[in-house]
Amino acid sequence: MRDVAVVGFAQRQMQDFDGSPTCVELLVPLFAECYEQTGWTRRDVGFWCSGSSDYLAGRSFSFVQAVDAIGVIPPVNESHVEMDLAWAMYEAWLKIQTGEVDTALVYAFGKSSAGVLRRTLSLQLEPYTMTPIWPDTVSLAGLQARAGIDAGVWDERAMAEVANRSLTDAEKNEYAVRKGGSSVDELLARPVYADPLRKHDCAPVTDGAAALVLAAGDRAREVTDRPAWIRSLAHFVDPMSMGTRDLTRSPSAQRAGEACDLDGVEVAELHAPFSHQELVLRRELGLADDVRVNPSGGALTSNPMFSAGGIRIGEAARRIWSGEAARTLGHATSGPALQQNLVCVMGADH
Amino acid sequence: MARTLSAPVTVAFDYTRSTGPVLGRFLGGLREGVVVGGRTSDGRVVVPPPEFDPVTHEPTQDFVEVADTGTVTSWTWVPEPVKGQPLDRPFAFALVTLDGADAPLLHALDVASPADVHTGMRVRIRWREERTGDITDIACFEPAPDAAEVAAPREPLRTIDPVTGIVVPVELDYLYAASPEESLFYTSLSQGKLVGQRCPRCGKVYIPPRSACPSDGTPTTDEVPLPDTGTVTTFCIVNVPFLGQRITPPYVSAYVLLDGADIAFLHLILDIPAEEVRMGMRVKAVWKPESEWGTTIENISHFAPTGEPDADYDTYKQHL
Ligand SMILES: [Zn+2]
Repeated sequence: MRDVAVVGFAQRQMQDFDGSPTCVELLVPLFAECYEQTGWTRRDVGFWCSGSSDYLAGRSFSFVQAVDAIGVIPPVNESHVEMDLAWAMYEAWLKIQTGEVDTALVYAFGKSSAGVLRRTLSLQLEPYTMTPIWPDTVSLAGLQARAGIDAGVWDERAMAEVANRSLTDAEKNEYAVRKGGSSVDELLARPVYADPLRKHDCAPVTDGAAALVLAAGDRAREVTDRPAWIRSLAHFVDPMSMGTRDLTRSPSAQRAGEACDLDGVEVAELHAPFSHQELVLRRELGLADDVRVNPSGGALTSNPMFSAGGIRIGEAARRIWSGEAARTLGHATSGPALQQNLVCVMGADH
Repeated sequence: MARTLSAPVTVAFDYTRSTGPVLGRFLGGLREGVVVGGRTSDGRVVVPPPEFDPVTHEPTQDFVEVADTGTVTSWTWVPEPVKGQPLDRPFAFALVTLDGADAPLLHALDVASPADVHTGMRVRIRWREERTGDITDIACFEPAPDAAEVAAPREPLRTIDPVTGIVVPVELDYLYAASPEESLFYTSLSQGKLVGQRCPRCGKVYIPPRSACPSDGTPTTDEVPLPDTGTVTTFCIVNVPFLGQRITPPYVSAYVLLDGADIAFLHLILDIPAEEVRMGMRVKAVWKPESEWGTTIENISHFAPTGEPDADYDTYKQHL
């Protein structure tokens, strides 16, 4: 295996992006930040991979136009996943493992506010018996939240504690769409929305884009003295049907965690778009109580579709660059009720 | 105020799917008003039947009928239903384990308020009157009296004619936004002007303007007014009728390279027999009456020949 590190990260998260769904105008400054962080030009990038969704953009091949932000003369080595940035990163990591390239810039974008997000995402579901009844994302999460409450695995107070901590931490995050913690009692006094979920239990609809830079071996050391070396990376998937899954669990998250070495992780950025999902993930990954979870505020405070998972990896990498932590974890999810899960453990040591 | 133009857009299409033997049988059952489950290798009855056994990965072949009554195992309230959901008023989504099944089915539950639903409540299927063999043959669930006893699954009593395919209509509504650069283009069109942008690095002129130069990724910041005359670089004669077509075929759709631009754009060539349109032909925009102008490229009705001599191939060969 080649040693590969995260050496660059740029993000934008906003409630409403006043621009086109291809987000080209958003990506240009993000790439500029990545060039500045690395000292590279676009010619130094060996592989490009993006994550986005045509359903979000409302137009076909939306990722092709986004390539404008790269510039393609001379031609670039480029790919796309209809998935979150974290999976684009996984592809890039594999590409670097093949030895074909040493560096990669991966990015993702999505203008969630262009349509009705919770409805658009119904198209991710099993197409014969689920999509035709348009179960929206919030409802599917609500079924999961109730399952856990009924089973006594968590309660509304535990969910509110997650939300309150996230909103409080988000005060330090300039990109957070929602921020400002108050108290668990105050949150519990707010009205129930999609019973048993309150609005603060659900990630806000968020537009945005993000980019991560990967480099192997010496190319990473050229960029920074303290690269965030990817120590392990794994992803697994659970069945799509809601009926055959124990919704209080996430076996795929558990297996992804098991496949990685989580010992010594100090900070975990978990992609949990609903408050109870952080509780599921914490348990499935077996994180100790002293692991700092989502110091960025997490997806509950801004969740740009197709970048939010990768942003967790970027946030976790940043804590290594800054010296704040020596070992961190970034997690990404996709699909209904934590169906797919990716875990990336990074370390400063080499 | 938004710096961009936006407009509502609806994207709609039908997914036509073949169903295969397992889901085909389940959907065929719904058409008959019967719920068919599949028995998995661990002895559970799952509804809808999984196509492959989760443990052995063998195709599901053991089918049973289950009741159309069941028990809610989880539910959530839908205060603001979205288009396409089974009910257009607030309702609950529920996981319902039908009597005779071991795994729940997801569907809507028609109750007036969250106070009218609880985990463990008894419900039954409300069938759609005219059934066609898809999941919406189940209109929704509705509350049912507590059953004294719960029915066991039984072997299918009848032969079910499987459904071989379904059509799933998809319709998505967007508020579609143009980029700031495109917004400038469309705003200028409403004033009868064509505006492109020039890449400050390589000097190429793009119309419609793009947010970044596709050659080198540089934001295209310099506005460039362009004339409404140009050259046909390439074209096709449309002979095929299609949904939404506005002109009777045959007609010509062509790439027009405006004078001074580095990228051609697509428009119609009319006022000339289709078979006489050629590469290199010089054309000029034919504008609609000013009273009909909006923020759209349709302000230009089409392009028509100017009668000038054809352009040299060398003048446009880099733009094909
Ligand atoms: Zn250029």
